Amino acid sequence: MESRPVKMRGKVVDGVAEIKVLMKHPMETGTRRDDAGAVIPAEFIEQVTCEHNGNVVLTADWGTSVSKNPYFAFKVKSAKSGDTVKVGWTDNLGNASKGEIVLK
Amino acid sequence: MQIQAIRQPSRRRFIQGLMSIIALSALPFQLLARSTKAFQATKLETVKAELFGDLPIVDSSDISLDIPDIAENGAVVPVSVSTTIEGAEAIHVVIEQNPNPLSASFKLTEFSVADISMRVKMGKSSMVTAYIKTPTTIYKTSREVKVTIGGCGG
Repeated sequence: MESRPVKMRGKVVDGVAEIKVLMKHPMETGTRRDDAGAVIPAEFIEQVTCEHNGNVVLTADWGTSVSKNPYFAFKVKSAKSGDTVKVGWTDNLGNASKGEIVLK
Repeated sequence: MQIQAIRQPSRRRFIQGLMSIIALSALPFQLLARSTKAFQATKLETVKAELFGDLPIVDSSDISLDIPDIAENGAVVPVSVSTTIEGAEAIHVVIEQNPNPLSASFKLTEFSVADISMRVKMGKSSMVTAYIKTPTTIYKTSREVKVTIGGCGG
């Protein structure tokens, strides 16, 4: 599998960190067909986990109707400069990837 | 008789063991796992039943659902949901006319703000509803989105 990095940006405003995440993933629904008429198998991110300094602060379950190469933004309370925020995903085929940033 | 005396308790133990395995395996599934049934459901009613059970669902003006009225490209429709409702545990984004209406569920904690943004695919024009789950009530708000090009092409 080609590498699927999780790109992240974050900024802290009044103690709340705004995190923007861009994931590389085809998000195939499993209903599309290729030119030969064969069904393209489903391949989509099922779960996303967001951690702040090692504590899980938010999890997301996704279906197939999340757009290809998903963009996702969320906010974390009581965040400050120097904190670590991690975002990881796993898909229905068992693939996984994660990203990490240190807040400025 | 002797054989029966041995067999009876062993069968009982076997059934007891089986029951405890079923009970144990069901427990973490209910607590942690994604609601696969809700994601695979093709009807809005099924999604609501799976996610919310018997909890009352009421309209709320305290939910901000930010989504374009007209989506030029159904493959990429930006959605933002935020709320000021106290005790919000989860945010669910449901696109009624999609083959599987439930698009995404976000489980919040006391350390996250009920404010998320994402992009979704829409097959055709549809009502889009954001549900906010609290321990006692489900709050919702809906917006109609017109799609000019379907999102099924990816």
